[in-house]
Amino acid sequence: MSLIVDIHKSLGDFQLDAAFEADAGVTCLLGASGCGKSYTLKCIAGIEKPDRGHIELDGVVLFDSEKKINLPPQQRHVGYLFQNYALFPNMTVRQNILCGLHGERDRAKREQKLREILRMMRLEGLEKHKPAQLSGGQQQRAALARILVSEPKLLMLDEPFSALDAHLRDSLKVELRDMLHDFGRAVLMVTHDRSEAYNMSSRIALMDQGKLLTIKDTKQLFADPGSVPAAVLTGCKNIAAAEKLDAHTVLVPSWGIRLQTAQEVRDGLCAVGLRAHYFHPNAPQNRWPVVFKEEMEEPFETILQFRYAGQDPDSPPVWWRLAKDKRPQAFPAELGISPANVLLLYD
Amino acid sequence: MSIDWYPLINSLRIAAISCVLVFFLGIFFAYYAAKLPRTIKGILDVILTLPMVLPPTVCGYFLLLIFGVKRPLGAFLLQFGVKFVMTWYGGVLAAAVVAFPLMYRTARGAFESFDKTLAYSGQTLGLSNAYIFWRIRMPACRQGILAGTVLAFARALGEYGATSMLIGYTPGKTATISTTVYQLWRTNDERGAMFWVLVNLAISTVVLLTVNLLETRQKKAVKA
Repeated sequence: MSLIVDIHKSLGDFQLDAAFEADAGVTCLLGASGCGKSYTLKCIAGIEKPDRGHIELDGVVLFDSEKKINLPPQQRHVGYLFQNYALFPNMTVRQNILCGLHGERDRAKREQKLREILRMMRLEGLEKHKPAQLSGGQQQRAALARILVSEPKLLMLDEPFSALDAHLRDSLKVELRDMLHDFGRAVLMVTHDRSEAYNMSSRIALMDQGKLLTIKDTKQLFADPGSVPAAVLTGCKNIAAAEKLDAHTVLVPSWGIRLQTAQEVRDGLCAVGLRAHYFHPNAPQNRWPVVFKEEMEEPFETILQFRYAGQDPDSPPVWWRLAKDKRPQAFPAELGISPANVLLLYD
Repeated sequence: MSIDWYPLINSLRIAAISCVLVFFLGIFFAYYAAKLPRTIKGILDVILTLPMVLPPTVCGYFLLLIFGVKRPLGAFLLQFGVKFVMTWYGGVLAAAVVAFPLMYRTARGAFESFDKTLAYSGQTLGLSNAYIFWRIRMPACRQGILAGTVLAFARALGEYGATSMLIGYTPGKTATISTTVYQLWRTNDERGAMFWVLVNLAISTVVLLTVNLLETRQKKAVKA
């Protein structure tokens, strides 16, 4: 059970090159909007056609530019949950779900599958409702029900939470995560939200300006992004150019500091990243004098912006993010960071 | 006084047949024009919309240029006994040409505002393109298509310029309501002209009332 994708497409100035494989479990395509994530899903579904490449699902070739294979979407058996759920507005929930069951010729079996999915998706009693009468969460479940009854070999979700109110999102995330886990086959989910990607997926494929940068286990990616764009996409706020001094020391010229690292520094280092959460006034290592600049409050956290004493005045301030109850009364004169939390970024 | 109802029957059949023709042709062109490359689409759009902005007499003139019995196509068709000049079904042609752009443009507008993800999700669910077109796209574009059909029917029923150029006025043969009104008024039969004016008003009122009724019923159905 696996998906193999290797596609290339030119769209004016934009060039999409995405090659990756995905097995059972949730793989997230994470990237800024306009980076080509949704377009990649559309190519896999057969809605868009790449210029060249190869797409294969469970051993069946869906697209191959050299062998001139391009299966229509109807023959690909790929479930696609659109951002707006794309429920047919003129049909009831029941009729919508039956659209996913049109391949089932046996009437009794069709009714049985319909009843099962209605129960599983907690849509009982809503069969006769039109999509416009459903809440956002119900629409999402109805659209998923319609897809799941068609028994796709691959499930693709395009920003599944973007159409929902913020307060609904968190509870639905848990629900959807469990559902996707039970699905048991490959799931591709597109999102621009790194915490959503972290919540939902076991693997993340990072995309930036049409290029697939890397595909890694989710936790490993956040612990060691490895490159500047990956660090930015995983939410690292403080990134500066750096030089290797020795196997465990780097120099950061624009901050005017040296940092000890837990990981061994390889050649070709271009920058370091320091996550805003990991500074500590009493950290024994990597402690340097700092000057407080500004504070920005959030509901439960606060962001303190500071500069290192020897920092280049043209470089942006460094962010320190901490829970409000941990905020010190007086801004500390020095801040340190554990060598384990110095991210080494390469070209 | 005995009334010759021929103009009413003739007008209704011309309007009905041309409306059906225009319905399918308009939808066909609107659907495929939306898929064409931009430049071809632009050119086609101008040609298909011209009959709407040209004076109907000019449309009639062009129709005579093409279908006149001494013209190549007209002469060719005449060999099969098909003659659009001075026949009632020539009136269908004239009405269809003039009414076509109304259907085409309203249907195209409706198709362009159609949410493509609905069609895409239908495809990924394995539904055939024909099913998606008739059961998802058409119902979603219902309002626009209905409006276009009504406009086309009303335009076909009221057609005068191109009709009089192509099929003229022969009582009991090519007379329609609008050409009859003009003919009777010209020959000082003001009562006769008024009669047909009232008939025309009655038909238009019934058509518009029907449309309004259909729309309110649909709105209720959507809410329920």
